[in-house]
Amino acid sequence: MARIAGIDIPKNKRGVIGLTYIYGIGNSTAAQILNTAGISQDKKVNEWNDDELAAIRGFITENLKTEGELRSEVQLNIKRLMDIGCYRGQRHRKGLPVRGQKTRTNARTRKGKKKTVAGKKKATK
Amino acid sequence: MARSIKKGPFVDIKLMSKVDVINAAGKKSVIKTWSRRSMIIPDFVGHTFAVHNGNKFIPVYVTENMVGHKFGEFAPTRTYKGHGK
Repeated sequence: MARIAGIDIPKNKRGVIGLTYIYGIGNSTAAQILNTAGISQDKKVNEWNDDELAAIRGFITENLKTEGELRSEVQLNIKRLMDIGCYRGQRHRKGLPVRGQKTRTNARTRKGKKKTVAGKKKATK
Repeated sequence: MARSIKKGPFVDIKLMSKVDVINAAGKKSVIKTWSRRSMIIPDFVGHTFAVHNGNKFIPVYVTENMVGHKFGEFAPTRTYKGHGK
């Protein structure tokens, strides 16, 4: 029902929760938005009237980077790291954890699904 | 924890004096350094540093984007070319 910051249509949820469906808005930012707009956090999204919607939209466009804009900023930051060839950039390029985590086990979020290597033995006691 | 702003960026005194000499003379030459812990400050932009990686010196040409990073980040200490062939 409510369209804020482009493509997002959360409804039937409390305002604070609904707003977090927007990329770049989490729990605390959502609460902050509603506080400055003077709307109760317990109000459902479909209970917002047009004035309240306008206030929310206004606050977001003026103060926050969301959705595409934010995504491209993050990508640019990563690209910068890769272009200067620093350690963090190299880790991004290789798709490995960037912040010093171990890679002997786990790290599956960055490395993706397991690729089984033939002939690799399991450690014996 | 991040370093206190009051102290300013850390640069080894030896490295700083080397750069100052070269900047004063207005010429460019490769500066050898072991100081991987030194932060890259705007004065270093445009110079080439040979940063030690524990085995040999890796040439690092400093650009504007690198300011705020440390030299060690640009000279990897580990060699891993992948398993098998």
